[in-house]
Amino acid sequence: MRRRFRRAAVVVTAGFLGWYLVFVGLAAFARGFMARTIAGNVNVALLLGLLQFVSTFALTLGYLAYARRRLDPLAGELR
Amino acid sequence: MTGRALTFGLFLAFILITLAITVRARATTRGADDFYAGGRTFTGPQNGIALAGDYMSAASFLGIAGIIALNGYDGFLYSIGFLVAWLLALLLVELVRNAGRFTMGDVLVRRVRRQAPVRRAAAVSTVTVSVFYLLAQMVGAGALVSLLLGIHRGERFLGMGAATAKTVTIVAVGALMILYVAFGGMKATTWVQIIKTGLLMAGAVVLTALVLGRFGFDAGAMLGSAADASGKGEAFLRPGLQYGQDVPGDAYRTVVNKLDFISLALALVLGTAGLPHVVARFFAVPDGRAARTSVSWAIGLVGVFYLMTLALGFGAAALVGRSAIVAQDPSGNTAVPQLAQAVGEHVGGRAGGDVLLAFIGAVAFATILAVVSGLVLASSTSLAHDYFGQVLMLGRPRESQEVAVARFASFLVGSLAIVLAVVARDLNVAFLVALAFAMAASANVPAIVLSLFWRRFNAAGVVAGIYGGLVASLVLVVFSPVVSGKVDPVTGESLSLFPAGVDFHLFPLENPGLVSIPIGFACAVAGTFAGREKADRDRYDDLSVRALTGAGSQ
Repeated sequence: MRRRFRRAAVVVTAGFLGWYLVFVGLAAFARGFMARTIAGNVNVALLLGLLQFVSTFALTLGYLAYARRRLDPLAGELR
Repeated sequence: MTGRALTFGLFLAFILITLAITVRARATTRGADDFYAGGRTFTGPQNGIALAGDYMSAASFLGIAGIIALNGYDGFLYSIGFLVAWLLALLLVELVRNAGRFTMGDVLVRRVRRQAPVRRAAAVSTVTVSVFYLLAQMVGAGALVSLLLGIHRGERFLGMGAATAKTVTIVAVGALMILYVAFGGMKATTWVQIIKTGLLMAGAVVLTALVLGRFGFDAGAMLGSAADASGKGEAFLRPGLQYGQDVPGDAYRTVVNKLDFISLALALVLGTAGLPHVVARFFAVPDGRAARTSVSWAIGLVGVFYLMTLALGFGAAALVGRSAIVAQDPSGNTAVPQLAQAVGEHVGGRAGGDVLLAFIGAVAFATILAVVSGLVLASSTSLAHDYFGQVLMLGRPRESQEVAVARFASFLVGSLAIVLAVVARDLNVAFLVALAFAMAASANVPAIVLSLFWRRFNAAGVVAGIYGGLVASLVLVVFSPVVSGKVDPVTGESLSLFPAGVDFHLFPLENPGLVSIPIGFACAVAGTFAGREKADRDRYDDLSVRALTGAGSQ
């Protein structure tokens, strides 16, 4: 169980922290790329920012489902 | 005048309702479980709503929308950091809930033999972070209320001028927060938070709908007209107006600016899981699973809310305009109230504007009151439970004694915050919020994470990590341009706390996180190896079984 939780924790942490730092790095150092227009007034920066929201929600739901399916039953057994 | 009277009336209504709740909570608050953790009777969703309320301070409601209104995209970067941070909290919450009882100190001592130094460090860190955060909120309250009542423009309200009004507001907010906490404990504080979150979400939804309605629900059109009205054109919709600015011809400054921005981003994302009032709320639910549900609710609410700050900020830029916003408050804190008045007027004429402005003003006031109560509760809990109960009384206090001390501690911490806030009432304190996040990330997060995940960790490591992280972030800020040596290149005025001419800044970054967070972790590791105490592996195994399964947790 410890291993399972750790694996999940490492995956989620690496996922959100890595992706967030990439985003922050882009915002600091790749201004040209971030300024590219996608459609109308929407540019890459705005789209990536919104994707941070989407990925946060997705990771939350993913972790909740994983915890319910894979961690809770184990915890119940161990108790 | 009608608008001001309405604002004031709504303030009073909120105060009366919350005081009634406090009186009811007082009647059912008996033991430590009730006072510290609301009897653990809150459900996951209830606690999640309160958690979101604890987190969404006036700084995020008015501040972020204000930054967006003035600097465009860069304010949105704040929202993103504040939201993404919750994923770390989601991973830790169950373990923390299961391993502890009331405080972070409970979690940290679970695996060490000598409790006293660890408890003391936990209490010191909790109180320090809370007081800095409290100061920011209360000084902000003073400025905000006088703005909302129109007193800052030389008008008078109930015979008060601007300086008096600020002091009176700070003292009144402080007195109320002490009342909520000292009498109602966690139960009253939680209900105050739930009501506040409801009001805040309702206010934001109504405003967002009205703003988007003005642009025919075309978000792209809103962005376009915000960019046009800002006078900055396309640059308004891109990162770089405020954070990590490029300084042409000065490579050093450019790099420093970018590192400063990354430092801020890091503290925002790692600090949340170590904020004392957030951690305290992990314990107000019956079990780890409910704690997990709380955080997922908080993530949903906070996420939706920060999405709406986009509409509020860009909407204010487009509909109110930069010059009108800056004229009221140079830091942009009144952008949202001004927006409320503007869209309200569009819908319902002058009266409509007044009503909406009054409502948003009352929401902001409720927000400040709720957040400061959460902070006072967290620090008085830690003082009474960690310091008084376990260090002074060697873990053998009577429960009634401990609760009495907690009520007294809330009075002490609250009074300290009032005095400091009155002294600091005219300072620009925005950096205090960033400092509190940096401290939480550098001192609390390493201790919590290593306690839960590192077998070899011991008491010396906890203590070294907490003090190391705290001291590092404080010292770095004292020697940063925030405190001295930053001068406006155009006007020659000081942008630091000290007047121009005083310059003892040695550290180039305004946000300490980039350096202080690694120092916090390094001190924790170094302390562990330096400490003679061998890690107690059995206790660690015991901790991890309890943390993961919830077995044996109360």
